Amino acid sequence: MAETIALKLTAKDFKSDQEVRWCPGCGDYAILAAVQQFMPELAIPRENIVFVSGIGCSSRFPYYMNTYGMHSIHGRAPAIATGLSASRPDLSVWVVTGDGDALSIGGNHLIHALRRNVNLKILLFNNRIYGLTKGQYSPTSEIGKITKSTPAGSADSPFNPLSLALGAEATFVARTIDSDRKHLQSVLRAAAEHEGSAFVEIYQNCNIFNDGAFDLIKDPATRDEHLIRLEQGQPITVGKYNVVHPEGSFGLKVQEGGTPIVHDATVQDPAYAFALTRLSGSDLNTTPIGVFRNVRRPSYDEIVRKQVLDAKTQATGSPEEMLDGLLNAGDTWTIL
Amino acid sequence: MAAPAKRVEQLDRVVIRFAGDSGDGMQLTGDRFTSETAQLGNDISTLPNFPAEIRAPAGTLPGVSSFQVHFADYDILTPGDAPNVLVAMNPAALKANLADLPAGADIIVNTDEFTRRNLAKVGYAESPLEDGSLAEYAVHPVALTSLTLGALAESGVSKKDGERAKNMFALGLLSWMYSRPFESTLRFLERKFAKRPDLVAANKTAFQAGWNYGETTEAFSVRYEIKPAKMQPGTYRNITGNQALALGLVAAAVRSRLPLFLGAYPITPASDILHELSKHKRFGVTTMQAEDEIAAIGAALGAAYGGALGVTTTSGPGVALKGETISLAIALELPLVIVDVQRAGPSTGMPTKTEQADLNMALFGRHGEAPLAVIAPKSPSDCFHAALEAARIALTYRTPVILLSDNYVANGSEPWLLPSVDELPDLRVEFATAPNTEDGRFLPYLRDPETMARPWAVPGTPGLEHRIGGLEKADKTGDISYDPANHEFMVRTRQARIEAIPVPDVDVEDPDENAQVLVLGWGSTYGPIGAACRALRQRGLTIAQAHLRHLSPLPANLGEVLAGYEKVVVPEMNLGQLAAVIRARYLVDAVPFNQISGLPFTAATLESMLEDVVKNG
Repeated sequence: MAETIALKLTAKDFKSDQEVRWCPGCGDYAILAAVQQFMPELAIPRENIVFVSGIGCSSRFPYYMNTYGMHSIHGRAPAIATGLSASRPDLSVWVVTGDGDALSIGGNHLIHALRRNVNLKILLFNNRIYGLTKGQYSPTSEIGKITKSTPAGSADSPFNPLSLALGAEATFVARTIDSDRKHLQSVLRAAAEHEGSAFVEIYQNCNIFNDGAFDLIKDPATRDEHLIRLEQGQPITVGKYNVVHPEGSFGLKVQEGGTPIVHDATVQDPAYAFALTRLSGSDLNTTPIGVFRNVRRPSYDEIVRKQVLDAKTQATGSPEEMLDGLLNAGDTWTIL
Repeated sequence: MAAPAKRVEQLDRVVIRFAGDSGDGMQLTGDRFTSETAQLGNDISTLPNFPAEIRAPAGTLPGVSSFQVHFADYDILTPGDAPNVLVAMNPAALKANLADLPAGADIIVNTDEFTRRNLAKVGYAESPLEDGSLAEYAVHPVALTSLTLGALAESGVSKKDGERAKNMFALGLLSWMYSRPFESTLRFLERKFAKRPDLVAANKTAFQAGWNYGETTEAFSVRYEIKPAKMQPGTYRNITGNQALALGLVAAAVRSRLPLFLGAYPITPASDILHELSKHKRFGVTTMQAEDEIAAIGAALGAAYGGALGVTTTSGPGVALKGETISLAIALELPLVIVDVQRAGPSTGMPTKTEQADLNMALFGRHGEAPLAVIAPKSPSDCFHAALEAARIALTYRTPVILLSDNYVANGSEPWLLPSVDELPDLRVEFATAPNTEDGRFLPYLRDPETMARPWAVPGTPGLEHRIGGLEKADKTGDISYDPANHEFMVRTRQARIEAIPVPDVDVEDPDENAQVLVLGWGSTYGPIGAACRALRQRGLTIAQAHLRHLSPLPANLGEVLAGYEKVVVPEMNLGQLAAVIRARYLVDAVPFNQISGLPFTAATLESMLEDVVKNG
């Protein structure tokens, strides 16, 4: 890594020559700028970084990064990235997706990438709305939401993306906010350091179709009462309240008094991280951000690569000789 | 085992069908008989026929599994239309297969299974062995189960294991009848039951008991010999289409020096390719059993983007699901091999039965103008070469290629003249390593003037960072473009570059050189069409045969070939999909001949149809 640090890359090096075409005021701009500014920290040559996306507003992201990139099909980015990552361990592969892309049309690929623990950094921009198709409710929209496709209110209960990820055996689960660059970058840093799937939900404002969706936890006037900042080794509190584990209860509770629990993302039992994810609902009333879970489990890439390497190590002869042996295996006969 | 003391008759060809309950081991029995026959040097063609149910209720018609082997002292093209010999392990096997037998055929039945209960299960009121209904056949009643158990009385194996060895008794008997060398079977048993020496001994004993039974009992008075066929010199092995296809893909990886990445979701009848490839990791083969068909092709495409030989294997329902990703691969202009082992559709259809009805989907089944290359193997061993050819086209011309196998060639087997590795095509590719403009830029859609392929610039290559995607791309730069003229240009270019792929001319077999009728086929119908044409010629009729391996692009000489005949007949296991292409493209009044029963054409069916066309126009 020492020599790559000598690359002296800056945020500018990660800007592509393409004109950014999100709506003015879109939260994606802030995320893009934060990611571009963060990338040099990785000390990875640009050519070894790949951004893969699906379809949706967020999925235009790869076009704006001066790395390798693929803007693929709706929902399929985790599958495509899995093939790339498993066959190219030298690459740093990032998936950029949205709430519709990852949780609706691509739900299956997301959960399977997470359970396999493929070495992918998955950034889910959650704006709780379909933006590119102009304003239908998404799988994270609150129940009753009135949109173009639900004039009488949505009948669907939303996903909690982090609960879902934990249910899919994710080893790294985090949440951050588009407008908090410092926090966003700290989460990206932790995600990049994680070996295996890192799942990062980024609350992102769609100022056209769902403006102000996250104001409660962004507005300086209200956020301190509602935003829970998870910090490793620190007691978990919000405003004057503590997050406690009431005796005899399965979950966590926000209350006055009591002993706040001390955050530890490395707890193996996912029940703890799951309990944290349940503190927040659609109302955002008590919303944790930060790294919920960060545990080590062999990645799919590692296991698959080892099987191939072991088989290659045990093999003898040139590939052509081996192929000749393979073709001639079994019961053969010769006609003179 | 002593030398035969009975009368020996010479035959030039025999078709045997082993039929029993799906738990009776008929596939294995047929496979071993085939291997023995291969060792002897006969030409062979085999066809298994198994139920979709893994274990249908024992003794019922849906549970019948069979394996047909055709062997001869000359080269043959099909597994045979009608069996000369049926081995029926129970009443269900007899009932399910009887209609296929010509009068005079030999039937060897396991009488132990002809109990009142088993007869009732398949609707026999009386035993057909006793009611005279089999009078036109040569029935050989053999108490296979009790003879096997008797032979194993002293062996110490359980009754259950003893009963299971009855297929080896049957194999021993058939091996005696047709003078097969049995050493390979004994070796096979040693390998198969390596951890159970008692079962090795029991199965060998059962086999020998069956052999001795043939030799000593009066029920079998004649023994047959079929001399080796005159085959091209070389080393052979017997191989199924799926196995050959998997080996072809490994060979493509070796000859291209690329890692092979297979993304696959289990589906009948393609899963065996996944199983086979998963054993060959030492060749740099990675197999991923994906969460669904879409992920399977997605992962393969992702690997191809990273510089691997990306492959996905499936059947028709899977191709339907992969359609969107195939279109992406077309837009990205990346190499990708999609193997469709066709089965009877639509929907789940008949997963263990064969059909050629995915041709339209392969050629046209995508959104937008989405051309790609399509090829089809003509026989089990040809699957090896077709896989190499699919990889060659994909790698050279940076395009997805659909390889249309089907259940008939996938599970059928034949002797395969092993190729010399050195003679296999060199598939090495050059990745882009440097900018491709004078001013030092890299344009991902700047094409090679000869192949019209764009550069394959894999991640990890410094200085060539670029973005690609499914949105329409500007010519050369690959930037997003909504420009009308550019879109028209790109659509036409994608079509033109597929049509420009050079493929070999189609050969015409017209030995009399004056045929008026051309029969044109594609894929797995090669065997039965060829056999029908031979039969007609032996009877003094003239007919020409041409067979397509490349379906997109079509061979450049095809139009000329078609124009040279008064009549063109196109037999297909669909409702006329190639015929429609031929009519549309060449304005030739091609006559479709279609069978969609889930079964391959018999040579006799085609012979009779073609005879009518040749004689009556």
